[in-house]
Amino acid sequence: MDLAEKTRRRRRREAVVTHLCLILGVLIFAFPIYLTIIGSTHDVNTIGRGDVPMVPGGEAVANYTQAWEAGGGRYMGTPAGRMLANSLVMALLIAFGKIAISLTSAYAVVFFRFPGRMVCFWLIFITLMLPVEVRIIPTFQVMVDLQLINTMTGLVVPLIASATATLLFRQFFLTIPDEYVEAAKIDGAGPLRFFRDVVLPLSVTNVAALFVILFIYGWNQYLWPLLIVNDRSLETIVVGLTKMIGGGDSQNEWNVIMATAVYALLPPVAVVLLMQRWFVKGLTETEK
Amino acid sequence: MATLYLQDIRKSFGPTQVLHGVSLDVADGEMIVIVGASGCGKSTLLRIVAGLETQTSGQVVIGGQDVSGLEPADRDVAMVFQNYALYPHMSVFGNMAYGLKIRGVPKAEIERRVKEAAELLGIGALLERRPRQLSGGQRQRVAMGRAIVREPKLFLFDEPLSNLDAKLRVQMRAEIRRLQRRLGVTSLFVTHDQVEAMTLGDRLVVMHGGHAAQIATPMEIWAKPADTYVAGFIGSPAMNFLRGTLSHGGVVATLPGGVSVPLPGRAGADGNEVLIGIRPEHLRPGVGGLSPVIELVEPLGSESVLHGRLPDGSPLTARLPGAVHPEGALALTLPPESLHVFDAGSGKRIEAVA
Repeated sequence: MDLAEKTRRRRRREAVVTHLCLILGVLIFAFPIYLTIIGSTHDVNTIGRGDVPMVPGGEAVANYTQAWEAGGGRYMGTPAGRMLANSLVMALLIAFGKIAISLTSAYAVVFFRFPGRMVCFWLIFITLMLPVEVRIIPTFQVMVDLQLINTMTGLVVPLIASATATLLFRQFFLTIPDEYVEAAKIDGAGPLRFFRDVVLPLSVTNVAALFVILFIYGWNQYLWPLLIVNDRSLETIVVGLTKMIGGGDSQNEWNVIMATAVYALLPPVAVVLLMQRWFVKGLTETEK
Repeated sequence: MATLYLQDIRKSFGPTQVLHGVSLDVADGEMIVIVGASGCGKSTLLRIVAGLETQTSGQVVIGGQDVSGLEPADRDVAMVFQNYALYPHMSVFGNMAYGLKIRGVPKAEIERRVKEAAELLGIGALLERRPRQLSGGQRQRVAMGRAIVREPKLFLFDEPLSNLDAKLRVQMRAEIRRLQRRLGVTSLFVTHDQVEAMTLGDRLVVMHGGHAAQIATPMEIWAKPADTYVAGFIGSPAMNFLRGTLSHGGVVATLPGGVSVPLPGRAGADGNEVLIGIRPEHLRPGVGGLSPVIELVEPLGSESVLHGRLPDGSPLTARLPGAVHPEGALALTLPPESLHVFDAGSGKRIEAVA
């Protein structure tokens, strides 16, 4: 009786402590987002005064409309709608491009025996060790030479090559039993047929998981779009957002900036929510 | 349906030679079982026939056509793999239809053939399922079905029963045999299990170290093993071997203990070293032969397996009728007609000269 009571108490104490920790963590993560959302519902003067309100204001519709249609900030920049479209196109192209390139190169490296196979593999592998920033100036020079400055192509192509995704697919392909290859050979399936009918369907969950990661990677690109694009009509939302914030003593339209930030938040959140099931599946299990 | 002819197949992986020239002539509709311990090259031989490996030298002829340089798909063979290799993302129907689909067989024809094969194998109700929703035996059937629908010239089985539990294995073994007879398709079946080999094959190929040690019918291999390896490999418990020296004009072998064993016939010149083989079930109780000390009795119900040692320390196994046998000294005779005589040096069988 006494012992049972003790156990119960200990359980309760454990539950309280763990929940407190979790709630604290959630608060730390969620508070900035909460502040952004609240900030986007007040008029410019309320935030401009310096005291940030904790309850929603009544200017939400006006702020979001202005951000969507006209943009804000010092330059009265690009409308958020436009920037969202640009970001979306860029992120999708990067994600699909990376997946397509890495699927095919991993397929070549794993399933074919050709001279220089390991050299190719190591070349891909080595690029992992060079961060984008290191080669950003030479890449910029190349894009200038190719006259791809201020184009979507110039924005996307240099970001498409992906050693990480190639390695990931390589590791996955290595787990596909040789017998499938042999059964397909006897069934009469050529390499492309085998890729389409067997490898691709087996990789679906991995592709989905990678899509989530790569979409967010593409969406959050900052340095490269900042360099390669100075045409307002190609502005991506992440870059546009920072450009809205002026330096020094200029007056920032924080309400519009917050509204734009919320817009910028929505697509990645949507992708994660929609793909969550696949994402977890892809990281934890394989259909074998 | 076709004949298969292998001519002097050799295969090396780098400096290691795994097949030292295997030749085989398979008649139309025949079931050939390739049996041997692991690493003897039996799977390699099968894969060479399938076209999954390329032989270093030699010829593969299927149905009169030299297919040595052809891709697996162009050889018109079907293979059942040890782990079945069913595509996990396709339904049973999809798995069975895949080979036909690639060959551009019309849809209606595919449907008909798959249905037919599924009925034959008793998996007609499972066509919509995925492989992972099937039991081991059902997967095995699907793998068979995939081979059958192709209506190939040749079935190739690569240890297809070794992933099943013992009871199912016996059942599938009989089923494969029935099916193969009924369809009359020439088949190669690789296994390391001698019981499987004995029960399935019209003829066996016993492989040893990259050679075909003996190619013959199961009974012939059992009754007249070509060398000591085959003799020891086929039959359970394994054959006993006794070292002896020929005397009395080659018709009697003298064992180290001084025991004289009359042989079924003349086995060579006096003084030749021979190995005398006798299967445990051929030893009979009786005075005048061997006198081992029995150390372990394994009763199997209708009979018992007795493990013992001869006075010189060499082991001896006997299988005697009856369940009750005491341990300790025992007298056994060697019926001359059941003795096998092998050359002690080469291990080759010595046929008795009457």
